[in-house]
Amino acid sequence: MLIKKPADIRPSEITSKDNYLNRRDFIRAGGIAGASLLTGPALGAIVPAERRATLPDVSKSEFSTDEAPNSYEDITQYNNYYEFGTGKGDPYANAQDFEPRPWSIAVDGHAEKTGTFHFEDFIKPFDLEERIYRMRCVEAWSMVIPWVGISLAEVVRYLQPTSQAKYVAFETLHDPVRMPGQRNRFSLDWPYREGLTIAEATNPLPILAVGIYGETLPNQNGAPIRLVVPWKYGFKGIKGIVRIKFLSKRPRTSWNMSAPREYGFYANVNPEVDHPRWSQARERRIGSGLFAQKQPTLMFNGYGEHVAHLYDGLDLRRNY
Amino acid sequence: MNTLQQVRYVGKPIVFLLCLAPAALVVTDAFELTGQLSANPIEDVLDRFGNWTIRFIMITLAVTPLRRLTGWNWLVRFRRMLGLFTFFYALMHFLTWLILDQGLLMSAIAEDLIERPFITIGFAALVLLVAMAVTSTNGMRRRMGRRWDKLHYSAYAVGILGVWHYWWQVKKDTSDAWIYAVVLAVLLGYRLWWKYAHK
Repeated sequence: MLIKKPADIRPSEITSKDNYLNRRDFIRAGGIAGASLLTGPALGAIVPAERRATLPDVSKSEFSTDEAPNSYEDITQYNNYYEFGTGKGDPYANAQDFEPRPWSIAVDGHAEKTGTFHFEDFIKPFDLEERIYRMRCVEAWSMVIPWVGISLAEVVRYLQPTSQAKYVAFETLHDPVRMPGQRNRFSLDWPYREGLTIAEATNPLPILAVGIYGETLPNQNGAPIRLVVPWKYGFKGIKGIVRIKFLSKRPRTSWNMSAPREYGFYANVNPEVDHPRWSQARERRIGSGLFAQKQPTLMFNGYGEHVAHLYDGLDLRRNY
Repeated sequence: MNTLQQVRYVGKPIVFLLCLAPAALVVTDAFELTGQLSANPIEDVLDRFGNWTIRFIMITLAVTPLRRLTGWNWLVRFRRMLGLFTFFYALMHFLTWLILDQGLLMSAIAEDLIERPFITIGFAALVLLVAMAVTSTNGMRRRMGRRWDKLHYSAYAVGILGVWHYWWQVKKDTSDAWIYAVVLAVLLGYRLWWKYAHK
């Protein structure tokens, strides 16, 4: 005869639900605390637990690569986000206290639905998808990042651009008080600007990312919302977006304004067109260690089957 | 102990260890004993050795102005060691690029040396440093006579090429490059002024 006897102590009496749900933070914090015993100064939690929230109802995407994503640590501590400093570690160090809420996004130009939207309202009509994409920086390094975001094509269709709209332009928040890198006179002209053709923006690949690893986007990665265009160099992925404009003429874009010979409007990943000062033929995959070889860079960062047709008849050597 | 003995038995060992510390930190950081390298460790090591090369050429070029301003003539006894450490950091920077960054891929190395001017001038500076390092012994100095002085004036060229090499690879923020350039201008400008004032 089977006698079912309740366990003396249920696990929930030992570990509270909050602690259970935050177990990853707990483990991570423990790991960091352990490491700091060896390394001296405490590194602190990469992103404080109260700022991290799991995003609900995230679906998988057929566009995701099956390559192994980079670690949360690499993705959140090695960034180019000049609004928080020009060093790779600066965004992680200087964006900790940035408060990305409340946040609003202004939509204007040649579209039916214009106006200012609260961030939450702006993303509400769209499905959250996980898109694991390769990210190739113009500096010849790359990562694999598990973004969570909404399809830019769906956003553009929702906003109903008119027939005059040929380009979509984006702007980052300009607030030197909250973004210390904007006080550096040696840095870019602000606000940061980027843009795509309408054809590029309505391609299924680009997303407006609001998260990584199933959680809200960390400040240093462009919270609360940033662009991801996986076949283009990383600098096209404008962060902290506050404005979207539908234009009939090509918008000016920040790195192109800064050094037009080095950074073009298209900025498609292209191993055959070098940066004037370095080769783009190979790239270093972040996280591969001190002794790994560089790997060959792929045309359109390996997304050619989805996007090559956008550039039929265009001289990519001149339109870099 | 007289000043000479103090320099030899106390000063030089201490300065030697201090000069070695930045390189030792790269190694201990790589093993995560003192800190850690960035997510792009090769770039991190390359940048650190490169930056220390420029700092050491500045420190070496500061010996003569400091000696003249303070009258501490014993400072000159550290100059060779400092110059050799400049060479050491430049060599480590070069080897990091050659082995870790380029993976000894000869076609890529040749292309970079020929087609990327900032790499060409960095390499030129290294060649000058090699020439000065191999002729740095007392015997070589004696044998070369006045030609030795001429060759070792290229320390100035190394400073200029080094800062130029640094400046040219900066993507946007030239603030550090400006600092190096201003320090170098002061160090070389002092020599010009000295030469003019003591004609």
